[in-house]
Amino acid sequence: MADELTAEQVADAMYKMVADAQGQKKLKPMDLQKSMIEYFGGDRCDKKLCKAAIKELIESGRCVYTYFGGSFIELPHEEGAAKG
Amino acid sequence: MSNTSGKTPKLDKLDKGPWPSFVKEIKRAAEKSPMSKDLLGQLELSYEEKIGHWKHGGIVGVFGYGGGVIGRYSDVPDKFPNVAHFHTMRVNMPSAWFYSTEALRKLCDIWEKHGSGLLNMHGSTGDIIFLGTVTDKLEPIFAELTEAGFDLGGSGSDVRTPSCCVGPARCEWACYDTLNLCYDLTMHYQDELHRPAFPYKFKFKCAGCPNDCVASVARADMSIIGTWKDGIQIDNGAVKEYADKGMNIQKDVCGNCPAKCMEWDGSTMAIDNSLCRRCMHCINVMPKALRPGKERGACIMIGSKAPIVEGALLSSVLVPFMKMEPPYEELKDLVEKMHDIWCEEGKNRERIGEFIQRVGLGNFLEAIEVEPSPYMVEHPRDNPYVFYEEYFEEGDEDEGEEEDE
Repeated sequence: MADELTAEQVADAMYKMVADAQGQKKLKPMDLQKSMIEYFGGDRCDKKLCKAAIKELIESGRCVYTYFGGSFIELPHEEGAAKG
Repeated sequence: MSNTSGKTPKLDKLDKGPWPSFVKEIKRAAEKSPMSKDLLGQLELSYEEKIGHWKHGGIVGVFGYGGGVIGRYSDVPDKFPNVAHFHTMRVNMPSAWFYSTEALRKLCDIWEKHGSGLLNMHGSTGDIIFLGTVTDKLEPIFAELTEAGFDLGGSGSDVRTPSCCVGPARCEWACYDTLNLCYDLTMHYQDELHRPAFPYKFKFKCAGCPNDCVASVARADMSIIGTWKDGIQIDNGAVKEYADKGMNIQKDVCGNCPAKCMEWDGSTMAIDNSLCRRCMHCINVMPKALRPGKERGACIMIGSKAPIVEGALLSSVLVPFMKMEPPYEELKDLVEKMHDIWCEEGKNRERIGEFIQRVGLGNFLEAIEVEPSPYMVEHPRDNPYVFYEEYFEEGDEDEGEEEDE
């Protein structure tokens, strides 16, 4: 039987996905959740665990929520609009 | 042409007359707030050029939250540096907007200290809207708000701050405790309110009766509107009093009933409650004589929205009657099923009403395990989502295919 997956492990995988997509595609929380369930398998990773992982990502400051017509999760960056 | 002179001839025209004016209020705030002064200048420029000078969205927020702050920036910051950042904060209002004067003073003090001093009571979401601050001030404002017992509301693709009418606190027609439900939903959906995880926004609005004082039928993805299952309560003595005082019961009450289900013979009012549409007209006209029935709850409606990405929609009936009593498990179970399917299949910036239109109400009902009901049909020959599968016999489809070939 596979080891029990932790929120930190899922958060690490989510972080990698967000980092890889940065500048190319904005990812929504649901994109991350679907990808994680597919990657780790539905028997090990569920919606609740993904929510905890996203919470961990945001509260650790590794990722931030952004809004560009919809809400996304991205790496912290200085937004263009703030520069005027 | 830019306007940095401090003169605002176009705005001044909106300041004339005895009526309340937003220009008057901004000018008052500008006496001690440089931010409000530059706001006037930028607004004057917008009036001159007939174009808005705001950019919105972005990355700003308070730590851990994905909603509650709407980033707003000037696209002419060189001319109006004090509004280069002019972020909006949404503050979760109390149920039905009841405040103590002390709480209002506290909110104003916080905003005068850290922001422009301008606010909306209330925005169309229902929240207290703090207008205009800079990124560095967001955390101090949030800290002072939480110390005063307030929290940020929703923004972005999340559950928006639930709102409700005054309900039983001040209204005799409330069919359920709107204030309690609003508070309960706010607390239950804290995670969904502060951490945007949906395809787009999702709004709850709780109206105590079909008068729908919070206009939930037009503005909420889930409209929870109080109603009753049994008959309207009639006090015939009081009806007679209205008639004696000159009310034309036949014309003004029975004649305006959309279902034409009322009869008045000069001494007795009779209502065919099986036809009643719960429109509240008769009750509104004769509040002393008629009252909602005794078996009260709410009608759950789904899907309204203002026109943003697609056109406006009104809510339509999803559950004709549901008892509305704590802990509201039946409602929350339904909401969870709706969120699951919408999150799974919804497109980016697709409201749940638009999602239902795209996938079809029949498929949506199947996914959330709700049986179709005639109450969901808005007009005859409308909402053709009920498929009478029992009328098809085995082999019907095969025969059709053969004919096509």
